[in-house]
Amino acid sequence: MVTMVLLATSLAALFGLTALGAGRVTMLGTWGGQELEAFLQVLEPFERETGIDVEFTGTRDLVAVLTTRVAAGNPPDVAALPNPGQMVELAAEGHLVDLSGVLDMQTMRSQYAPVWLDLGSYQGKLYAIFISADLKSLVWYNPKAFAARGYAVPSTWDEMMALSDKIAGTGVTPWSIGLESGAASGWPGTDWIEDIMLRTAGPEVYDRWVAHEIPWTDPAVRRAWEIFGQIVRNPRYVYGGTTGALSTNFGDAVSFLFTQPPRAYLHRQATFIQSFILQSNPNLVAGEDYDFFALPPIDPAWGTPALGAADMVAMLRDTPEARALMRYLASPEAQQRWVAALGKVSANRAVPMEAYPDPLTRKAAQVLVSAQVFRFDGSDLMPAAVGSGAFWEGILQYVAGEDLDSVLESIEAQAQDAYGG
Amino acid sequence: MRRGGGWAWGFTAPALLLIGFYLAYPTLATIYLSLFDRQSQRFVGLRNYLDLFSSSAMLTALRNNVLWLVLFTTLTVGLGLALAVLTDRVRYEAAAKALIFLPMAISFVGAGVIWKFVYAYRPAGAPQIGLANQVMVLSGREPVGWLIAQPWVNNLALIVVGVWIWTGFAMVVLSAAYKGIPKELLEAARVDGASEWQVFWRISLPVIQSTVAVVATTMVITVLKVFDIVYVMTNGSFGTEVMANRMYKEMFQFRHFGRASAIAVILFIAIVPVMLANIRRFRQQEATR
Repeated sequence: MVTMVLLATSLAALFGLTALGAGRVTMLGTWGGQELEAFLQVLEPFERETGIDVEFTGTRDLVAVLTTRVAAGNPPDVAALPNPGQMVELAAEGHLVDLSGVLDMQTMRSQYAPVWLDLGSYQGKLYAIFISADLKSLVWYNPKAFAARGYAVPSTWDEMMALSDKIAGTGVTPWSIGLESGAASGWPGTDWIEDIMLRTAGPEVYDRWVAHEIPWTDPAVRRAWEIFGQIVRNPRYVYGGTTGALSTNFGDAVSFLFTQPPRAYLHRQATFIQSFILQSNPNLVAGEDYDFFALPPIDPAWGTPALGAADMVAMLRDTPEARALMRYLASPEAQQRWVAALGKVSANRAVPMEAYPDPLTRKAAQVLVSAQVFRFDGSDLMPAAVGSGAFWEGILQYVAGEDLDSVLESIEAQAQDAYGG
Repeated sequence: MRRGGGWAWGFTAPALLLIGFYLAYPTLATIYLSLFDRQSQRFVGLRNYLDLFSSSAMLTALRNNVLWLVLFTTLTVGLGLALAVLTDRVRYEAAAKALIFLPMAISFVGAGVIWKFVYAYRPAGAPQIGLANQVMVLSGREPVGWLIAQPWVNNLALIVVGVWIWTGFAMVVLSAAYKGIPKELLEAARVDGASEWQVFWRISLPVIQSTVAVVATTMVITVLKVFDIVYVMTNGSFGTEVMANRMYKEMFQFRHFGRASAIAVILFIAIVPVMLANIRRFRQQEATR
């Protein structure tokens, strides 16, 4: 008898839940802390106006959680994916919903540059939208320390190296580099290689490298690593030498520019580092105490290309609520809130320049809009076994002192396996 | 007994079903998947195994698992035994044991994070934030990149974390066995003129031998699946890879189900002899009872 009652109530609860489920969207993403707060702010008007409840789960181990949930047949309705490479893998396996029937494609084409639509597509179908971008080709510096020492912002790579030598000559290390990032250690180095590749070999060779049409042992790839090595493997250049670069967290490295006296003067990192600067030094003023310049050109033929990454959102289950959320996230209204809170750059052209909270982010948005060549972070486009495996590992091995040829050969071996399918 | 056959099956059925569902099925499915490609669609025979044994990352992982196996097991059992015997003779035994057992209460991930701070590196001249390097600096030496310097320093640094967690467990179990040794036996030996050293090696150790074996087996099984510490602290970089971490990477990062399953099978095969030895000893003990 008791069992009967229990069974009845649990069944009722089950039906009750499904009935309530009509107004719900489950979402999975990597955001936590400040980013999560910003995203909740983005969701706030959506939830208020539609009455739909967005259940957001944040995890730093997104790929593992998503793989498990997809394999178990229990995917979230919507997921913020870490990179286009992941999106392509999920789309190829048939787990993503084609968005051309969900969004107004004409509006999408008018509000988004073709590059963003291409990056969100697989075999001609749109599977993901971009809600913001991070510009990566930036060198951060401390303008007051520069002024005090009479250093000028370099406009070419040679000038930048001459400045590095000048600073090193005074017994101070010019660069602060942090490659540690927990299980993702090594990724800041991949950005260096990509930026240098774009500046020495140009966008076409870059694309062929990302698609593995040229091997990792190609002279163009090798040269980029060597140029990176001239900086990162030179103990006179990098604060703490190679051990310092390998053991410093990517978020901590920038803080050495703001110590008294500075322990380093230059730091190459994306726009998002601004929130890390302010986290450890909340009193610094953008543009006065910290600023950036575009990573200078190396070969004049290729100019100053922009390398970037972006946050993308895809739909895994086609429900009316999920459709409503996707339409909202693609809109300039949603993205305006998101970029204003985080100092990111919007991928949507309809977001006005005034939406950016500070002059630096506006400057980054202008760099992004005006760059003749824009390329997405290559490691994010490669298969995970290379882009977030062998490439990261290779950076760490190279910086730790391993021979460049053997590093490149081992990445190439992994790449042949991963691209081969 | 023969008449009871049907009943016996009836009574064991729930247990058999559970074991079948939670143990036998996953094991067989893993072995099956290890013979297929990354998407578990195309049969590839033993290729996953061949690939693994020819990849340098996997060979490093194998080497490190052996290193862990030898050092971790020797240190936990050795220190556990030494501490069990030594704490037996002091007045503040309970406090000393509690202190050594305490890390057992911390999760591996927690321990990994804590020790990452202990090993933190700051260049010479900057204020050190890690205990280990602060000690180095205070004793007039250069700070060391504990988790970077390969191949010995960083692997040893990781093994120390494992030993820190598990020594307490070995100590508690061995201490219980040690206290179970009849006092007359030890006294008789001492009356006969045996030194403390001889009492330990000739009397105490042989008597608690089977407990030592059980603890050692537990440690071996624990160490073969070591994952959390390595994942949190280095993620296998700088030559610190271990098999379980490699399995995680193949499965969840590279999404190569075949190869991940193959590593699981290799680990399984490595553990089987230890399990068999354990079962045999268990049966012998039952038989003598």
